[in-house]
Amino acid sequence: MTALPGSQSGIRLDRKAVSRLLLVAAVLLLIGRNHLPAGLLRLPEAAVIPFADWINIGFAFLRDDLGLMTLTRAFADVVEFLLDITANLLYGKSRWPNLGPIPWVAIAGTAAVLGHALGGWRLAALAGGTFVWIAVMGQWKWAMETLSVIIVASPLSILLGLLLGSLAWRSKLAEQILNPLLNIAQSLPHFAYMIPVVVFIGVGPKAGAIVTIIFSVPPMIRMTLLGLRAVSPEIIESGKMSGATRWQLMTRVRLPAARTELLIGVNQVIMQSLAMVVLASFIGMPGLGQKLLQLLQALKIGLSVEIGITVVMLAIVLDRLSKAWAHQQPEHHDVGASWLARHRMLALWLVVLLAAFALSFVDPYFVEVERKQALSLAVPVDAAVNGFITLVNPVTDWLRWFLITWVLIPLRDSFLALPVASVLIGLAAVGWRIGGRRSALICLAFVLPIAMSGWWDRAMITVYMVFVSVALALMLGLPLGVLGSSRPERAGRLLLICDTLQTFPSFIYLIPVIMLFGVNDVAVVAAVVVFATVPIVRYTIEGLRNVPAETIEAAAMSGANQRQILWQVRLPLAVPTMLVGANQSVMFALFMVIIAAFIGTQDLGQEMQRALSSTDVGKGLTLGLAVAFMGLTVDHLLLTWSRNRNRELRGLNG
Amino acid sequence: MHRRSGLLISAAVCAVSVGSAFAEDSSDPIIIPIHNWSSQIVMSNAVGQIFESMGNSVEFVSTDSQAVYESVRLGDATLEMEVWEGAFGASFRAAVEKGGIHEVATHDAITREDWWYPTWTKEACPGLPDWKALNECAALFATPETGDKGRFLGGPVDWLKHDQEKVDALGINFTVVNAGSAAALWAEIAAAEKDKTPIVLFNWTPNFAEAVWPGEFVEFPAWEEGCDKDPAVGPLPDKIYDCGNPAKGYMKIAAWDGMKDKWPKAYATLQKVNFTNAQIAEMAKLVDIDGMEPEDAASAWLEANEAVWKTWTE
Repeated sequence: MTALPGSQSGIRLDRKAVSRLLLVAAVLLLIGRNHLPAGLLRLPEAAVIPFADWINIGFAFLRDDLGLMTLTRAFADVVEFLLDITANLLYGKSRWPNLGPIPWVAIAGTAAVLGHALGGWRLAALAGGTFVWIAVMGQWKWAMETLSVIIVASPLSILLGLLLGSLAWRSKLAEQILNPLLNIAQSLPHFAYMIPVVVFIGVGPKAGAIVTIIFSVPPMIRMTLLGLRAVSPEIIESGKMSGATRWQLMTRVRLPAARTELLIGVNQVIMQSLAMVVLASFIGMPGLGQKLLQLLQALKIGLSVEIGITVVMLAIVLDRLSKAWAHQQPEHHDVGASWLARHRMLALWLVVLLAAFALSFVDPYFVEVERKQALSLAVPVDAAVNGFITLVNPVTDWLRWFLITWVLIPLRDSFLALPVASVLIGLAAVGWRIGGRRSALICLAFVLPIAMSGWWDRAMITVYMVFVSVALALMLGLPLGVLGSSRPERAGRLLLICDTLQTFPSFIYLIPVIMLFGVNDVAVVAAVVVFATVPIVRYTIEGLRNVPAETIEAAAMSGANQRQILWQVRLPLAVPTMLVGANQSVMFALFMVIIAAFIGTQDLGQEMQRALSSTDVGKGLTLGLAVAFMGLTVDHLLLTWSRNRNRELRGLNG
Repeated sequence: MHRRSGLLISAAVCAVSVGSAFAEDSSDPIIIPIHNWSSQIVMSNAVGQIFESMGNSVEFVSTDSQAVYESVRLGDATLEMEVWEGAFGASFRAAVEKGGIHEVATHDAITREDWWYPTWTKEACPGLPDWKALNECAALFATPETGDKGRFLGGPVDWLKHDQEKVDALGINFTVVNAGSAAALWAEIAAAEKDKTPIVLFNWTPNFAEAVWPGEFVEFPAWEEGCDKDPAVGPLPDKIYDCGNPAKGYMKIAAWDGMKDKWPKAYATLQKVNFTNAQIAEMAKLVDIDGMEPEDAASAWLEANEAVWKTWTE
């Protein structure tokens, strides 16, 4: 590290100088904006490229001339056949094999046995209890409608992920093609790819399943690639020596060896599928999400919160089950053990099933709890929400007035007043400072197309809302994270809240937020802040807790007090992790700002909502890519910064 | 033996209905689309249960309320119970032009969509419902983001309601702020109700909101055909949109062209189906106020109103 100190600081100085020069240029352009030619304030009409029309022409060609539609519809028919089977078994839709519906006691019992087999009594209670909750709250049919789609979508997604992941692992070219596609797919707002799905697949449960697959497949691909790469050559060698064929080597050696990574991928697929439950109902996915939107439409917050709790519980159960499965070690029985000893869980399951079916013959209550018999939390929840709103009303009125007049409107106006040229050069300056010429060019490559798409003003409004929200989220999340990291049990509790907020369907808090602040930017920012704070708290806790104990001890021994340790040792060492958190926070904020179009915004999200209702593929994708590119710019900058910082820190320690 | 008696019975049934000489209905399910507002869901369930009582099988599918006309046209869905003139007239007409869908009947119910206020607003601005009075009270409706102008809360932009054009044409002192969803509109009324803040917003009838929050429409200059295209029509000679929305919009039933041949009996019933504003409000109330499930609300309504619908099935 210390071999060439001179040349290294020379490069750094150079970087700083270039960056400063660019920054000065940007500021000068901003100061002189009134004297600039119009072309530097906003790109001239001639430079605006009709991306939307091009995409539409491309899609029309794919659909009509290449007949891709027949192919996609054929695939959709296969998916629909599978969906009909699960729909019949889980909630008795009149389709082949006409066996269902399976009584809820049987499913709850199965979940409990599965939980017991994978993780002991506590997991059994959690898994069984969740399904009992769903049943007694009268949500059985809706939850089964949702699960009937997820049960089909998740395995297909896992399979597709395995296939594409191993393809990327085998061929460099495939990886090079897939990597940018995955980056974009993971930062594209959901609405953007829902539009092509409506065109190529139609609406209904099958469209819901396919959108869920598209949304959940990227992490599986990445984890497959990562897992296969990490398999040690010795294992492969021993596989080859035992004479395995290529196929055997893959299925019997490589994939089992990559088990841990693959199962993390599986876990991610399940989580992403549940995150899609509400959004996919916009294109016809039945079940909890659709019911939730109906209830919100009639302003029934209490009942929608019940559904929200169910979604969170399902997510937690599936998360814990799949993680327990990932950590499970193969069991070895003594030679000559009896069938019962070897298959204890299977036997237990059969007993539970028998009991369940017997119960369901005794009383139809154990087949499906009707809505009339259901319990409900709605009344106390509604009362609590109302009480809270009345309580804070005097404060929110003032806060709303203050934020709108003194913060939001001035900020919004100044973001809109920025000349395009000034933004581009300023970004290049930041890029250059962080990652040199390469980063500067990457930033420009992402942001220039947004300017050329003709949606600049809308994009700037999106940027302004994300900026305000993330700034507020930092102000809230950093102290919370610091506070939470001081004691392990407190950290555990905060992280549980983070998990809950992240899986709780975000549509539910759009309504109380409007009741508090009205239809305006304050409501939007408030809704986004809730979501954007989560990763900041999470990563701050992670970062602070992972500071090596020896380092802290060393600081304490040299006489630093608690405060100094926090500010001069722990926080600086946690910065790389916290930057990753900030990056996540920006991503979450971008997604949520788009969804906040349902409150009422004037940004890219509002236009995207319009594109969805008129199924305009080209416009939807152009807007979606604009959002994705903003996300990727921030992603590139923050992650590069975090990586450099990490390297510096390791340099210091080494 | 059983089989023969079954045949005899169906022969007898045929003989009874021989006057209409219909073929039997297909055993395939009739697909009824449902959307995200309760009156439509209850009405669809009620009609579905009527079909089931006639021996048909029925399935419900949830769809977008604009995209549904494309589905009906292609036969993916069989019928649509609520075609609103203002909200869906354009999508419906476009689908009719492409072919495959047609109008079956028109409900007695009339629809209206326009600027609306809950009753407590009138206490603050007694001149209402006249639009000129509303304009004089504009300051009452001011919010931080609209400055000293009044705020009119419009529906989502993709509903294309021309509120801004109306403000410009009539020169009223309001700024249009668009909410992003119907739920956002209700949340605003619910919040305004707590301290009786005056509010004027986009609303429509029949709708569950009128049962929860009584209110009135603002009376603009009456709608005349061509007011939206011809500047000469309407009170101001040089302006378009110098008028309110049509106060008596239609609500129709639409069906897939193939329904007539595939389920002739169900189709004949559908032609007689007809709901009034009061009945629709009642259905919405069962769900939105009484908290019933749409299916149960439909059964309850059918049970209580047998006299109304029995004649449709004959």
